[in-house]
Amino acid sequence: MKKQLLALVLLVAPALVFASEAKWPLDNVKFDANNKASLQHGAQLFMNYCMGCHSLQYERYERLSKGLDIPEDMVMRYLKFDPNAKIGDLMVNSMPTKQAKEWFGAAPPDLTLETRARGPQWVYTYLRTFYKDPARPWGVNNKVFPDVGMPHVLMDLQGLQECAPGSAVAENGGVRRDPLTGKEVLFDGDGKPLNPCGRLKVSVPGKLTPQEYDQTVYDLVNFLNYIAEPMQEQRKHTGIFVLFFLGILFVFAWLLNREYWKDVH
Amino acid sequence: MINMLVGLRGWVDERLPIMRAWNTHMGKYYAPKNFNFWYFFGVLSLLVLVNQLLTGIWLTMSFTPTSENAFASVEYIMRDVDYGWIIRYMHSTGASAFFAVVYLHMFRGLLYGSYKKPRELVWIFGMLIYLALMAEGFMGYVLPWGQMSYWGAQVIVSLFGAIPVVGDAIVQWVRGDFLISGITLNRFFALHVVAIPIILLALVVLHILALHEVGSNNPDGVEIKKKKDANGIPLDGIAFHPYYTVHDLQAVVVFLFVFCTIIFFFPEMGGYFLEHANFEQANGLKTPEHIAPVWYYTPFYAMLRALPSKLGGFAVMAAAIAIMFVLPWLDRSPVKSWRYKGGLTKVALLSFAVAFIFLGYLGSKPADLEVFGIAGVYWARILTMVYFAFFILMPIYTAIEKTKPVPERVTTK
Repeated sequence: MKKQLLALVLLVAPALVFASEAKWPLDNVKFDANNKASLQHGAQLFMNYCMGCHSLQYERYERLSKGLDIPEDMVMRYLKFDPNAKIGDLMVNSMPTKQAKEWFGAAPPDLTLETRARGPQWVYTYLRTFYKDPARPWGVNNKVFPDVGMPHVLMDLQGLQECAPGSAVAENGGVRRDPLTGKEVLFDGDGKPLNPCGRLKVSVPGKLTPQEYDQTVYDLVNFLNYIAEPMQEQRKHTGIFVLFFLGILFVFAWLLNREYWKDVH
Repeated sequence: MINMLVGLRGWVDERLPIMRAWNTHMGKYYAPKNFNFWYFFGVLSLLVLVNQLLTGIWLTMSFTPTSENAFASVEYIMRDVDYGWIIRYMHSTGASAFFAVVYLHMFRGLLYGSYKKPRELVWIFGMLIYLALMAEGFMGYVLPWGQMSYWGAQVIVSLFGAIPVVGDAIVQWVRGDFLISGITLNRFFALHVVAIPIILLALVVLHILALHEVGSNNPDGVEIKKKKDANGIPLDGIAFHPYYTVHDLQAVVVFLFVFCTIIFFFPEMGGYFLEHANFEQANGLKTPEHIAPVWYYTPFYAMLRALPSKLGGFAVMAAAIAIMFVLPWLDRSPVKSWRYKGGLTKVALLSFAVAFIFLGYLGSKPADLEVFGIAGVYWARILTMVYFAFFILMPIYTAIEKTKPVPERVTTK
């Protein structure tokens, strides 16, 4: 019994240690479902880098084509890799769930609604915070999703990031700074980093510069944010007309009421 | 043409008293002239009820009540059904709107003593509607089969397990299985779309019939039937139709403006109307980090969590709802409206409202939340006591406080 308890404590301990660390801040980016060029680029990225493992099983190729103004034959030729899939089919993939579980520890989830479940900012930050961690099976870990089973699929674009000393927390809760120079204090007296993995730095460069990579991830997440609710722009567009109509209707309702009640005392 | 229609009306009326019904409830139903803002919420509840019924019928046409396909069929409605997304958002926003207008409608009753003699039955039927609505909302929330649907159902259904001796048997009977499963989903679907709507409609009819028998209360709490003119029409009354129909039309349009703003621009309402975790399909092996019911149940959820024992929490939660039923007999005040009640009632009523809202906030947050440096659970305990004190002390404070004289006739500004 005691042994089991100890094992349990040891099992849970790493989780507790992590919980005490500060949460990685999410990048506050605004996404734009009207930016068709960005969405098209995102669709291309998704189909080439993600679709092998992650499906978009609630959306159809045909709606993708209509929604993003990509001609159907272009979708069929460049964005669909399943030779048996028809244009009206759902965007599923052929990864077997059971084996996927063995390969990655968890089956890759469907991503149609990922940005609605976790928020687009989360996904954006997640895709930018893979870093080198030899202790993990794929050699990488993630800042917003610690110990995630997914490899860094976009590594050839981003390159490999490594931990670098980051801002330390001062006694007052703010960033620790040198009182004279105002510069951040990153190391303690012995030269040891105070926050050894507070920043990420690209150590092995990829095909893209960090700025280009951020833009690429933006396009990809912008696409995911679109696919989570493809009618979002139509919704807002219709909404304006509805509210305008109700505004007019109120004027008449108000006049009608005034007419009836003017003699009531 | 007109003659033909009048003829038809006469023909039907000789066989079914449609004119009498119209006059009893609309054309010659005399409502007090001095209704204010708070009196819009009854009609708005009816509007939302109709919205839920109609959108519900259309959702049923495309929804699949099985654990394998429920989640996907909701996305099918959102993407592949023409204007399915409007219907779905109308229904999901309507659920929250229903509780919002019903809570305001109930608070109106508290403000102006609308539950007091002779309107006790109106209040009781109203409370039964509220109870049926809670069941309806809960079961409806399970249907999309997201993570929060599943785990919310798991938490709420397992509450019955706290009942001694028969608890576990009840839980199994409700679920129809050893855990929440497709069987549970299927029966909740049957109850949500057939059984409870029928009960709700019947109760709404009874609520309105009982109201129209005794007549509406008003912000002054004056019985308008005491002063009538030569024709037997209350001096302070005015025909519901056309006066209040055109009056309420304004409120309907304003309400729809707010309602449509949410539907078209904020359908998730920051995670309060559609919870983020519910965009992930139900998974019995993966518990979400933080299970919270939808906002309209959170006051009671906070009370449930306020007690260390499950049975205790369950009992407190049940008592919090049950005590509202006996409200008409707790109020000993000679006057109805808070306008003429004393300071004690005003303090009690306002603290009750604040406690209810604050409890709702606590219930939507994780249990380890701290507010002003005090653990949420202590806040919940204090506020639960405030909630119950409002009812339990009511026979005392309404009896001892000094009331103001009630005018003979209603007052209008």
